[in-house]
Amino acid sequence: MTDTEKVIEIQVLRYRPEQETEPVLQSFKVPFTDDMSVLQGLQYIKDYLDGTVSFRWSCRMAICGSCGMMIDGKPKLSCKTFLREYYPAGLRIEALAHMPIERDLIVDAGDFITKLESIKPYIIPKEPRTLEQGEYLQTPQQRDMYEQFSSCINCMLCYAACPQYGLDKTFTGPGVLALMHRYNADSRDGASAERMDLGYAHEGFWGCTAVGYCSVVCPKGVDPANAINQNKMNSAINYFTRFVTPKGGTK
Amino acid sequence: MSKRRPYVRSMDGWWKRDAYFVKYMAREVTAVFVAAYAVVLLVGLVRLAQGQAAYEGWLAALKSPLSLVFHLVLLATFVYHTWSWFNIMPKTMPIMFVGGKRVQPGMITGAGLAAAVVACLAVLLIVRGVAS
Repeated sequence: MTDTEKVIEIQVLRYRPEQETEPVLQSFKVPFTDDMSVLQGLQYIKDYLDGTVSFRWSCRMAICGSCGMMIDGKPKLSCKTFLREYYPAGLRIEALAHMPIERDLIVDAGDFITKLESIKPYIIPKEPRTLEQGEYLQTPQQRDMYEQFSSCINCMLCYAACPQYGLDKTFTGPGVLALMHRYNADSRDGASAERMDLGYAHEGFWGCTAVGYCSVVCPKGVDPANAINQNKMNSAINYFTRFVTPKGGTK
Repeated sequence: MSKRRPYVRSMDGWWKRDAYFVKYMAREVTAVFVAAYAVVLLVGLVRLAQGQAAYEGWLAALKSPLSLVFHLVLLATFVYHTWSWFNIMPKTMPIMFVGGKRVQPGMITGAGLAAAVVACLAVLLIVRGVAS
């Protein structure tokens, strides 16, 4: 038997570029049960109330990173947030902050994707090995140095939480910098120097002012603020030692 | 022709949107009070260089009711400054291991706050020793 059906008010920020010059809130009354996520609430709206409401989703279990949105002003994965938490007051859903709204709850993620590609988010081995030589070995402690940062699902909640990114789009931003650190901190990787040209630049680690909200909203415990700020020390050391190191350090 | 017309939202008043941002701004603004106190001390140094009368005038000014209220405000902001910065300190530290176990953020914040308390007590004791 299902719970007695309750009804919750969901306000959705609509933006249909062909008919609105700026976003407007639209209210829907949605019947729900205690086990329904906010994403399921939106799916109810799309199936039964207004088929034109647009939003991204895929896995429904906090692994694909598609369904990030502002729920009552906080960046959250809508599949991991439950309607019952907002009952009886109701809730307001908006597209992720700090990114251009393409339509309704869909943002333009182009800037994020370009930045993500720019940091070479893959392992570039220190030394090439043949299959015969076997796998790259790593101790548990070496793995601990990067493991949490590798949990990123590219959901961009941290970008919606970062006022520095909102104010200055040249800032590389929390998620991408955390992934840069993830590969640099991996003992099997040897491309740290190439990536750090971006990390030590004005748009890199120093664009962060340690607000720390990125780490609070991250649904996977990545802690981007830690990944970024521990590199400021490396950056300062690099800056002052570049005159005395043979290679001249990173520019 | 593209029908895309991405809408960019304003950042006006961003720091009032979330209690977390208000706390962040409070942490940042306490730095102004730290600078203000540095100015107070610097003025004292200048007055000391100008001779005994000037220095005693500065000391008397510090004892005025307005100055005492100002110093209470400074104390409150310094406490918040100390707490909030040590609170963010774990984010600035590389991952550390002691005895094979990862050092927890609470440990780093706690160590910072303890160091601040010890430093304050040490300064108070030294000042008391010099004064008596």
